[in-house]
Amino acid sequence: MKRGRLRSLGAWGLDTTAGIGRASLLWWRAIWGWPDLREGPRLLLRQLMFVGVYSLIIIIVSGVLIGMVLALQGYTVLVRFGAEAALGQFVSLTLLRELGPVVAALLFVGRAGSAITAEIGLMKATDQLAAMEMIGVDPLRRVLRPRLWAGMICMPMLAQIFNAVAILGAVAVGVNWLGVDAGSFWSNMQNSVNFEEDVLNGLIKSLAFGVVVSWIAVYQGYNADVTSEGISSATTKTVVYSSLAVLALDFLLTAVMFGVN
Amino acid sequence: MQQRELELTVGVFILITLAALAFLALQVSGLSFRDASKETYRVTAEFNNIAGLTSRAKVSIAGVSVGQVTGIRLDPISARAVVEMAIDKQIDFLTTDSIAGIKTSGVLGEQYVSISVGGSPDLLGDGDQIQDTQSALVLEDLVGKIMTSMAEKK
Repeated sequence: MKRGRLRSLGAWGLDTTAGIGRASLLWWRAIWGWPDLREGPRLLLRQLMFVGVYSLIIIIVSGVLIGMVLALQGYTVLVRFGAEAALGQFVSLTLLRELGPVVAALLFVGRAGSAITAEIGLMKATDQLAAMEMIGVDPLRRVLRPRLWAGMICMPMLAQIFNAVAILGAVAVGVNWLGVDAGSFWSNMQNSVNFEEDVLNGLIKSLAFGVVVSWIAVYQGYNADVTSEGISSATTKTVVYSSLAVLALDFLLTAVMFGVN
Repeated sequence: MQQRELELTVGVFILITLAALAFLALQVSGLSFRDASKETYRVTAEFNNIAGLTSRAKVSIAGVSVGQVTGIRLDPISARAVVEMAIDKQIDFLTTDSIAGIKTSGVLGEQYVSISVGGSPDLLGDGDQIQDTQSALVLEDLVGKIMTSMAEKK
């Protein structure tokens, strides 16, 4: 009994390690190599549409709502100390450094990551990937590569749009509704926000999230069992693993970028 | 979807991103394209205690913002804090007998440098130092003084 458990633990460890290796090799083989100048731009454009543009609505709506909630909560605390002029600083730093990249990435996982996994998984289940190989088209380059690039390109873009609309939402609640002075709201924000340190670091963060999320989504789809349960569990795994990876990576990046020096 | 329509939609997406980035750069982080060193000149001042003053803090005359703190270092000989400030070129009436003080906006607000312009005919130029300074008011010191004076009275 005891030995059986130990053995299964060992097998699990080996499987996990092999899975990480397989995923890394897959990513490298899909990304590496000369760009396909004839078909590449068209395929990438299609994926930018599916991954980026279709995620725009959820990003903008959640961005506005989160900005409004932040302004409301920040105001109720700050007004007690008579410091409601610091609302702009509070909202913009929270969004640019942490909340913008992370929440946009989590929304992106749910909206685009799961769709990529399901699509590739179903392509595999219906033997479309095998058929491509038969006619001499590499599915890694034809199917996987544009999705990986689209994820990497769209994630930073969506995160910046999220930040901008969230700050506008905070202005709507803080300045137009709760009556924080517009001049001190903006000047406090501009005094405390540094373009290189805050905006660009947030951009780097969301780029890292884009790489990881699209990688996990593509690998889970490519590696899915070709059954209905297999595809559904691969989609679930994409959402769970990507979310955890985003949060863990966020902690590491925050420690490097904004940690105590 | 038609190829043309696809291109247009993705183009709109990219334009929205650029607009968002421009908004974040110009409006939120207050980045400006003009060369800061051309439009400002540098003035320093030595303080005994700067308390919580930081770089990028506001420099004001009579409450009007005229520049910002660009650097803070410790003078190794006098062991006093040297505060470097960039003042707008338009403010060309800082006299050599001006007084620089560190003030706090509100009870818990941020620290800023306040300059009171004097009456001397000599003006400060680039790299000059303001001689008269008032250090930051440190609340703990003030409380300590009150406590000792109360103990003496008893």
